[in-house]
Amino acid sequence: MFTLVPGAGADPSLADMTNETRPRVFIVDDHGLFRSGVRSELGDDVEVVGEAGDVPQAIERISATLPDVVLLDVHLPGGGGQAVVTALKQSHPQVCFLALSASDAPEDVIAVIRAGARGYVTKTISGAELVDAVHRVAAGDAVFSPRLAGFVLDAFATTAPPGPQAPPDDPELDQLTMREREVLRLIARGYTYKEIARELFISIKTVETHVSSVLRKLQLSTRHQLARWATERRLA
Amino acid sequence: MPPGPAARPEDGPWPGRRHFGRGPRHFGHWHQSGPLRRAREDRLVGGVAAGLAARMGRDVTTVRIIIVVAAVLSGGFFAAAYVVAWMLIPMEGAQGNIAGKAMTDRRGLALAAGYGSLLIILRILFSVFSVGWLSSFIWPVAIAGAGLILIWRNAGQDEQAMVQNLVQPVAGLTTKSRRTGFVIRLTVAVILLAGGVATLQRAHENIALLKPLAGVALLISAIVVLLGPWWLRIARDLVVERQARVRAEERADIATRVHDSVLQTLALIQRRADQPQQVIALARAQERELRSWLFDGRPPGSIDGQARTLASGIRLIQQEVEALYGGAVEAVTVGDCALDDDLAALLAAAREATVNAVKWSGAPVVSLFAEVEPAEVSVFVRDRGKGFDPAAVPGDRKGLAESVRARMARHGGTANVRSAPGEGTEVSLSMRSPAGYKVIRPGQESTAGGQAR
Repeated sequence: MFTLVPGAGADPSLADMTNETRPRVFIVDDHGLFRSGVRSELGDDVEVVGEAGDVPQAIERISATLPDVVLLDVHLPGGGGQAVVTALKQSHPQVCFLALSASDAPEDVIAVIRAGARGYVTKTISGAELVDAVHRVAAGDAVFSPRLAGFVLDAFATTAPPGPQAPPDDPELDQLTMREREVLRLIARGYTYKEIARELFISIKTVETHVSSVLRKLQLSTRHQLARWATERRLA
Repeated sequence: MPPGPAARPEDGPWPGRRHFGRGPRHFGHWHQSGPLRRAREDRLVGGVAAGLAARMGRDVTTVRIIIVVAAVLSGGFFAAAYVVAWMLIPMEGAQGNIAGKAMTDRRGLALAAGYGSLLIILRILFSVFSVGWLSSFIWPVAIAGAGLILIWRNAGQDEQAMVQNLVQPVAGLTTKSRRTGFVIRLTVAVILLAGGVATLQRAHENIALLKPLAGVALLISAIVVLLGPWWLRIARDLVVERQARVRAEERADIATRVHDSVLQTLALIQRRADQPQQVIALARAQERELRSWLFDGRPPGSIDGQARTLASGIRLIQQEVEALYGGAVEAVTVGDCALDDDLAALLAAAREATVNAVKWSGAPVVSLFAEVEPAEVSVFVRDRGKGFDPAAVPGDRKGLAESVRARMARHGGTANVRSAPGEGTEVSLSMRSPAGYKVIRPGQESTAGGQAR
C-alpha cells in the first residue's frame, strides 16, 4: 500500500489505457460516507455510474447499469458481498468485482474471491492505488493485496490431501508453482507488479499471468483450508 | 542524531542483487548446514567435534564421547584421524585449511619428518626388545605428533595458544621458569611409574591380589602428578575464555538495548522539539521503559513474555511502532511458530528495522512480512522512502550495524540491507534452526493456530 505518483510510478501501459477508456465503476457499501469518500478519491480517472447500500439494491442497480467494475464491500447487510457476486456472476459474466474490506479475516476475503471477485484490497488503500486496481480489474487482471497474498501462501503451503470432493484429474489446481509462490511472496513483501517484474527479470504481463493463474486456483481449488475459510462465514 | 538517511547505519559489503533472493544465506556456528567447518567458539581442542555436531544437528558432548571411545578402541588411530581432520577442515570464517599452509612451511615439515623418523627408530627398538604391544601405538602417535607440530606452526593465533597448551609437558622443558617445577614433577612421576611397573611385574610371581591394584594406583598417580597441573590450566583457561566471551556479549547486548530505546527516543525528541506535548509523552514513555528495565529486569524493545508466537510478535511490533512513531505498518505473516531465544532476537531486530524505516524513510507505509518455513524463518522490512547509500554511512551509527546485523549474527542468523537513494530500503532477516521449526498454519484444527492471525 504505497502512494503512487500518477505518471511517475504507474505503468506506461496503464497510462495508455486511462486515456483510451474510462472504466465505468459501481460502488457498493452500506456507509454513505465511505461511498462518497471513494467517489471523490477515484476522481476523473473513472466514471462512477451508481451506488448501492445493501444486497437487493446492488443486484437490481448493477443489472440495470452494467458497469465494468463493481467496488464491493465484503460486509453488506443481507448476505455479504459474496451474495451480490453469486447472484450476478451467471447472468452478467462481463461485470468484474473488486472486493473492498476493512477486515483482514481470511474467511471474509476468501469467500468473496471464491464467489467470483477478481481481487481484494483493503479500505486503507490510497486513491491512486485504488484507481490502478480498478484499471487492472477492468482489463481482466487480478488484484492481490499483500495480505491476500499471505493468505494464499498459507492456504497452499500445507501438503495436506485435498478434500474428498476433489476432482482427481486436476491436481495442478491444488498446488502453486515455484514462480507463483515467488510472485506472491513479493506481493506480500509490498512490491508492485512493476517491481516484481524487475526483481524476477520477467515482464509485467507475465506477472499478471501468474497472479491470474493464482486467482483461478484460489477460486476452483478444493483445498480444505480454502473451503473451510469460504464456508465458515456463512455458518456464522 | 541528525535526521536523514545518514542515521541509518550500514556496514559490510553490499549484497548483490541475486544474493537477495531466497537462497540459503547464513553463518554462525550452531545453525550450520553448509560445508563442514571447525567450530570457533564451542571447541575444546580443535573444534572438529563441535563442527561435526553442528553439521549433523547432534549434541556436542555425544559426538565428543563417541570420538574418545573410538580413539581408545581403535588403539589411537582415531586420535590420529582427529588430528588429520583438524588440519584438513578449515576453521569457520577462515580461508583455507591448515594443511594448505603447512605445505609451504619447510621448517615445520622438516621438524615433523624428524619427529616421525625418531618414532620409527623407537618402533624398531621396541620390536628388538619384543615389547610388541607398545609398537602398535607408534603409528597413531607418529601421525598425531607430526600433525600437531604442523598445526602448532601454521594455525591462527588463538589456535596456536590452544596447541601450546596441549604440548605443554614437552614444550615446558624449553622455558626456564617452569623447568624446575617440571623436573621435580618428572622425577616424582618416574619414581612412581617405576614403582608401579615393578609392582605390576612382581604380580606375576606372587599371587597376592592387592599388588596389581597397588601398581595401577601408582601408575595413575604418576600420570596425575605429571599431567595434573597442565589439565588444571587447560580447564581454567577454558573457563576464563568463556567468561570473557559472555561478558563481551552482554556488553554488546546492553549497547543494543540502549540504542533501541534511549537513543531512539532522544533522536525523536530532537526532531519534535517544537511539539512540547509530544516531547513530554515521549520522555515519560521512555522513563517508564527504562525503569522497568533497571528495576524489573524487563529489557526495552523485547517481546519476551508478551508474545508467544512469531505472528503475534509481528503484530505486537506493528501496534507498538504505529502507536509510538505514528507511521503505518502493514504486517503480513505466512505460517507461525513458537518463539525461542533466537526468534525473539529476530523479532527485536525486525522491530528495530521497522522503527528505522518509519522514522527515517519518509514513506507513508512500511511493509513488514514474516514467513515461517520448516527450515527457516524470514522477515522482510520494506519501505518506499528516500533510501540511503549504504557505503556512505558513518561508522558510529549503531542502528543497523549493532541492533540488526550484530544481533542477528550473535544468534546465528543473517541480515541483509538493500537500499539506494530514492529507491527505498529493504532489510531482510533470516534465522535457521538445525532442529527445524514446527509450522503452525491458521485454520488448521490439528494445531492451536486458530488464533495465530
